[in-house]
Amino acid sequence: MPQRLKEVDVVCVGMGFAGSILAKELAASGLKVVGLERGKDRHSVPDFQSPQIHDELKYSVRKAFMQDVHKEAMTFRNTHNEVALPMRQWEGFLPGTGLGGCGVHWNGQAWRYQAADFIYKTHIEQRYGKKILDPDLRIQDWGVTYAELEPYYDKFEYLIGAGGKAGNLNGKIQPGGNPLESPRSREYPNPPMKEQYAGALFRKAALELGYHPFIQPSANMTRPYTNTEGIALNPCVYCGFCERYGCEQFAKASPQTVILPKLREYSNFELRTGAHVLKINLDSTGKKATGVSYMDEQGREFEQPASLVLCTAFILNNIRMLLLSGIGKPYDPLTEKGSVGRNYAYQTQSYVPVFFDEDIHLNSYMAAGASGTVIDDFSVDNFDHSGLGFIGGCYIMSGSTGARPIEFHPTPPGTPRWGSRWKEAVRKHYNHTAIFNLSGTSTAARQNYADLDPTYRDAWGLPALRITYDFPENDVRMSKYVTNKASEIAHRMGAKTVVNEPRVRPYSTTTYQSTHNTGGAVMGNDPATSVVNRYLQSWDVSNVFVVGASAYPQNSSYNPTVTLGALIYWTADAIKNHYLKNPGPLA
Amino acid sequence: MSNESHPNSRRNFLKSGLIAISTAALPATTVAAAAAPTPSPNPQPTRFLNEPERHFLESAVDRLIPPDGRWPGATEAGVVNYIDLQMGGAWGKGDLIYRHGPFRKGSWTQGYQLEYTPAELFRRSISAINASFSSQGTTFSQLSPTEKDAYLAQLERGDFDLDGVPSDVFFNFLWKHTQEGFFADPMYGGNKDKVAWKMLGFPGAYTDFYELVDKHGMEFHRVPVGIKDGGMHMHAMANSRKD
Repeated sequence: MPQRLKEVDVVCVGMGFAGSILAKELAASGLKVVGLERGKDRHSVPDFQSPQIHDELKYSVRKAFMQDVHKEAMTFRNTHNEVALPMRQWEGFLPGTGLGGCGVHWNGQAWRYQAADFIYKTHIEQRYGKKILDPDLRIQDWGVTYAELEPYYDKFEYLIGAGGKAGNLNGKIQPGGNPLESPRSREYPNPPMKEQYAGALFRKAALELGYHPFIQPSANMTRPYTNTEGIALNPCVYCGFCERYGCEQFAKASPQTVILPKLREYSNFELRTGAHVLKINLDSTGKKATGVSYMDEQGREFEQPASLVLCTAFILNNIRMLLLSGIGKPYDPLTEKGSVGRNYAYQTQSYVPVFFDEDIHLNSYMAAGASGTVIDDFSVDNFDHSGLGFIGGCYIMSGSTGARPIEFHPTPPGTPRWGSRWKEAVRKHYNHTAIFNLSGTSTAARQNYADLDPTYRDAWGLPALRITYDFPENDVRMSKYVTNKASEIAHRMGAKTVVNEPRVRPYSTTTYQSTHNTGGAVMGNDPATSVVNRYLQSWDVSNVFVVGASAYPQNSSYNPTVTLGALIYWTADAIKNHYLKNPGPLA
Repeated sequence: MSNESHPNSRRNFLKSGLIAISTAALPATTVAAAAAPTPSPNPQPTRFLNEPERHFLESAVDRLIPPDGRWPGATEAGVVNYIDLQMGGAWGKGDLIYRHGPFRKGSWTQGYQLEYTPAELFRRSISAINASFSSQGTTFSQLSPTEKDAYLAQLERGDFDLDGVPSDVFFNFLWKHTQEGFFADPMYGGNKDKVAWKMLGFPGAYTDFYELVDKHGMEFHRVPVGIKDGGMHMHAMANSRKD
């Protein structure tokens, strides 16, 4: 029999950015809050310290900070007609685990989405008409506008000490920033990062071609910073071990460096690590959550009653938690009935490896997770798509996040895969090759979704999440177009060899592309096509909020974390200012 | 990970014995499996390879990354030693991958779907290769370099079934581990004397490039630093001493 614990006001399922910030906001309101984290309690000291943290094999290759796939895998197939099989190791994307979640191992690329993103369907149809959309696409509006979220973007950026240069302050274009961004109400809290050589070369070529280069916004500190919670962070030292690693310097914004020290001051907050949540419990009506069931590391089962359940896990685990708990109706791709798992999307990445002569020393190992010089000219709907036959776009970035050699040793086309000539090519090109990263929109489509796998189970005996995904043709055409634009810039930089690698089908989980999974529990104003309302509150069970990139109806060109940060504070305000005063549906 | 690496030490034997006892005390359900402590990605390594396996690998990896006039090949760099330790550890045992069936052949986009642990995959494949050569009264290592390369290319193409392992799966696996051993921190048993890092000009576990990242085009030459070279905070300055 599970042991029934004393009831609390709020339980958070997952203690990454979403769980940590919501727990702090609600603990500060006087509520009794319990944070459940399946992974380990971990801290900048000692867990992320040098030199052991600079271990590429352990963290990048063996994925020490990721969900324990030995116990808990997900299954995958490209299409509905195939049999999904388990991803037996993490390669294509990296769900984190442990205190701080993915907020520990992210790169810190700190982008806002655009005003058009939040009203994507309305915007696209108004500008181009409905005919621009392929029949399989299912884009929709978010139910919240950029203007509504702007104060919350601002709040999150000042929490994480974002570094950058405003390009649009209250509608006025600013020199040095991104002139294509949506208006921000004030300057970034910190200045931009230092520019790498590959970025400087890119900047010059992009300017010559009439584009608008700027330095990528960053959550790696660019100077000493004391954040809005009174927590001090140090400047980033460009060690080149950021994504997949924890930060030894207290320089990368993570729950550990920006919020957890404050949260743990509240005696009405309790953290329990090693607490693996099995499901959200519902009462007999199925419309009210009574708390959660979880198992600790000794295999003991507990029931934690709570008035309010916040589902704050990685996006895929948010979807799975709803499905395991019977909250909402699972999506059926044939009838398009049901909404849980609907509009699962990703990030359409592509690359342009740029090979220079041996006298160009790029020193790409001198890097931060968010270092990079970017143009935004081909993102989302920043360019006229009339007659192009697709919607969406990519930002184009030159710069490196590190040059760790197991994973980074590029060779130009025509090099054998192994042997003497391979070795010679690796030696020759290691320090003289830049790789442009194109981060692109992922358009939600009817055939792409997530549900529970009928066959494979986790170590607790529960069904694995099943992902059915392939790139919609729209996104393949988009990637081809923008990747060609990027190649033009590369040629302008005087490169010896430029490789054009647009994203092509089929989607494969065997090589890393992006961890930016989105959707599956999307927000919106229509319960038929969304799982949560505009306040990220479940339509079906009003005392459950599902806070994550699971709420994005489709994905933008940009990295998703800062938009999630804005939604976290937006949700916190909705709970504090409206829900707590009158618990029940907010929309 | 601790600084020690005493394969099969009595202490480790006792430690694993304790884990076995405490696990046995739990109900024999999936729950008990779930509750078992997560294996560290890098527990104290044990040796795995037998002599015929080692013999094959020493010949094979040195064709994948051969020595040249200046830089050693994979064998001299310790790649076989690396593979030995990895296969004897948590990775080789399959503790870091999902191992529940049913096992079925999928599309390439679904990744590895064989039932074998990494160590089993190595053992099964190399045994089949060695058996095939010994039935002809020879060994892989006795082939000329050109013949070795031709055979490896056949493996790479998937020309053979290696006792249930498609030879391209084995080849890709071998190549992956060869690169890991060559480029990983030397504490894992390969990249001896940081030769791979010296060849590339990768400085290793340095901590701080704040002063250098925007000195565009500078040539940076330092003897690379490994994780076990000391716990000092390593700042790289433009005018810092040469090691």
